[in-house]
Amino acid sequence: MEHIIAVLVENKPRVLARVASLFARRGYNIESLAVGPTQDPNISRITLVVAGNESVLEQITKQLYKLIEVIKVSDFSDTPVVDRELALIKVHAPSNLRGEIAQTAEIFRARIVDVDEESLIIEVTGTPDKIDALEQLLRKYGIIEMTRTGRIALARGSKSL
Amino acid sequence: MRMKGAQVLVELLKKEGVEVIFGYPGGAVLDIYDALFDTPEIRHILVRHEQGAAHAADGYARTTGKVGVCIATSGPGATNLVTGLATAYMDSIPIVALTGQVFTHLIGKDSFQEADTTGITMPITKHNFLVTKAEDLPYVIREAFYLAATGRPGPVLVDLPRDVQQKMIELVYPEKIKIPGYRPTYKGHAKQVKLAAEAIQEAKRPLLYVGGGVIASGASDVLFELATKADIPVVHTLMGKGAFPESHPLSLGMLGMHGTYWANKAVMRCDLLIAVGARFDDRVTGKLDTFAPHARIIHIDIDPAEIGKNVKPHIPIVGDARMVLGEIVKRIEPITHPEWHEEISAWKKEYTPKYRESDRLLPHHVIERIYEKTKHLDTIVVTDVGQHQMWAAQKYPREKPRTWASSGGLGTMGYGLPASIGAQIGNPDKTVILISGDGSIFMKIQELVTAVNYCLPIKIFVMNNSYLGMVRQWQGCLYRGRYSCTRLVNPDIAQVARAFGAFGISVTEKEDLDRAIEEALKVTDRPVLVDCHIAEEENVLPFVPPGKSLDEMILE
Repeated sequence: MEHIIAVLVENKPRVLARVASLFARRGYNIESLAVGPTQDPNISRITLVVAGNESVLEQITKQLYKLIEVIKVSDFSDTPVVDRELALIKVHAPSNLRGEIAQTAEIFRARIVDVDEESLIIEVTGTPDKIDALEQLLRKYGIIEMTRTGRIALARGSKSL
Repeated sequence: MRMKGAQVLVELLKKEGVEVIFGYPGGAVLDIYDALFDTPEIRHILVRHEQGAAHAADGYARTTGKVGVCIATSGPGATNLVTGLATAYMDSIPIVALTGQVFTHLIGKDSFQEADTTGITMPITKHNFLVTKAEDLPYVIREAFYLAATGRPGPVLVDLPRDVQQKMIELVYPEKIKIPGYRPTYKGHAKQVKLAAEAIQEAKRPLLYVGGGVIASGASDVLFELATKADIPVVHTLMGKGAFPESHPLSLGMLGMHGTYWANKAVMRCDLLIAVGARFDDRVTGKLDTFAPHARIIHIDIDPAEIGKNVKPHIPIVGDARMVLGEIVKRIEPITHPEWHEEISAWKKEYTPKYRESDRLLPHHVIERIYEKTKHLDTIVVTDVGQHQMWAAQKYPREKPRTWASSGGLGTMGYGLPASIGAQIGNPDKTVILISGDGSIFMKIQELVTAVNYCLPIKIFVMNNSYLGMVRQWQGCLYRGRYSCTRLVNPDIAQVARAFGAFGISVTEKEDLDRAIEEALKVTDRPVLVDCHIAEEENVLPFVPPGKSLDEMILE
């Protein structure tokens, strides 16, 4: 089962390496990873998406807590969350197909952020499913390259980690 | 007061109560060594290889309960520490390792003697620091000692670039340190403690399974109180040796792969297993599915990650062993289990280890004789890793904590000699006995120089069977006797010892053994090495083959 784990860490050098290497050496897989600052400049937030059963997740959480610079770990499995991913998709777009592509993008509330004679870059945010769906539709035009961020998530409501 | 970073470091070490440092100088620690030159309060022990410094700091920590400190230079100095740090990490031993690093502006440029020390040691330290701002130094040193010694102890490494050592900074001693992500739990959850006490009160066949955590937390006295008050037999791990007196009738000895017949039988039969500061290691449990099949399990450990890692306990308690056991003892009424003890006595009658008669020296016999000749002394027993380690664990009983040092988790051959140096430095009035093998001793033989240099009267007994004995045993049992590369062709080890300036004795005949031990005990001004030529193909028994259940012991 897929789990979203949010980790608050001290904003110090190598802390990401510690978290990533913990996963590697304990044999856990990371499906997606996103890191960035929070409202407190001393604290960063790492969002991990990992697969595993309850006991694996329990071990991951406990092992994360053992890292000295990890302040808080939260598994969002039982929590309603807003989770988002962002993708940039550079798609092959000759002038005769451009309208059609723009229309598709609009349905997904995606934005065209770069235009060239031969191509477009489309920016889309949303759940992974939504991005997958757009990617699927754009395939037939020829995706030149694309990049996706790791997923980020916040629990719904006024509580915080 | 302003002074060089290296001097600030040394002042802080004094503040932390550091009396001894084990180390080896080099280019990137010149400033630290220069500061130590003016510091008679801190004794520096010069080893001959940095791995020896780490093991010596480890042996010092295990036998004194203080934090061990070692120093190495950058690059190769630091990488040589790695095995020692990994050894300490696996056995939760508090060490602070100080390493030199190239100037900060040279980091990452493949500079001379540069290695990514914090990167390399990340998975084998409790925590590590690369100090990039000299002003951070006082805080980092304070945190390093705090982290090493508290919670689940472990090695902490501080990497110190040369410019950090050289910069003039203010000497401050941070009274308070703030580590927001580090808050070890010491006090057990009251509800869980109550449940545990009830379970103990109700159990018909309870068994205490104690590990190194009991020694780390200084819980031996409360453990004794609990065991005797509730009449609970005790089995210990290799790391837990000395946590409970082995001469006590409630002690069933060591459990696991080479545990006693009755200890393993008791695990398989008990209805309540109380694990204290132990981590259900594969060498202890054998096949996990069949481990303690009839038992409810109480697991007491200070590290929440150990609970449920290998075995799911019925009553988990996160906390310090001493505090939790103390709470439990208060809640139970005295009780006895005569039927349970009858069962155990029956196992003891059913099987007593029989050793074959031989004209050759037999390993069990050698250890028994060493024990007989030294049991009246205040001793510390250190071992290397292999067959001799198991024979020592089986045949040299320990009564008190911190009188036994052996590499348990990592199983580091070569640990013994430098660790016994650390033990002797930390305990100058005790008799330090090292039981080693002809494989292990040569892994760190250069430290015999150190022992000679500092006139350390360590009694070294080498169980010399001209084999890498434990590997040979496995080849014999599991690889149809195909002894691939385990035959060792050794020099005359007693001669080697003499060449180093130690006292060397060679024993080949049974009748010479006692005299050799007596002679060794008389030497007080230097190490003694007794090379015991034991029968070559003796096996360690009982033996639970890997992956088998604890009741599938090979007994002969």
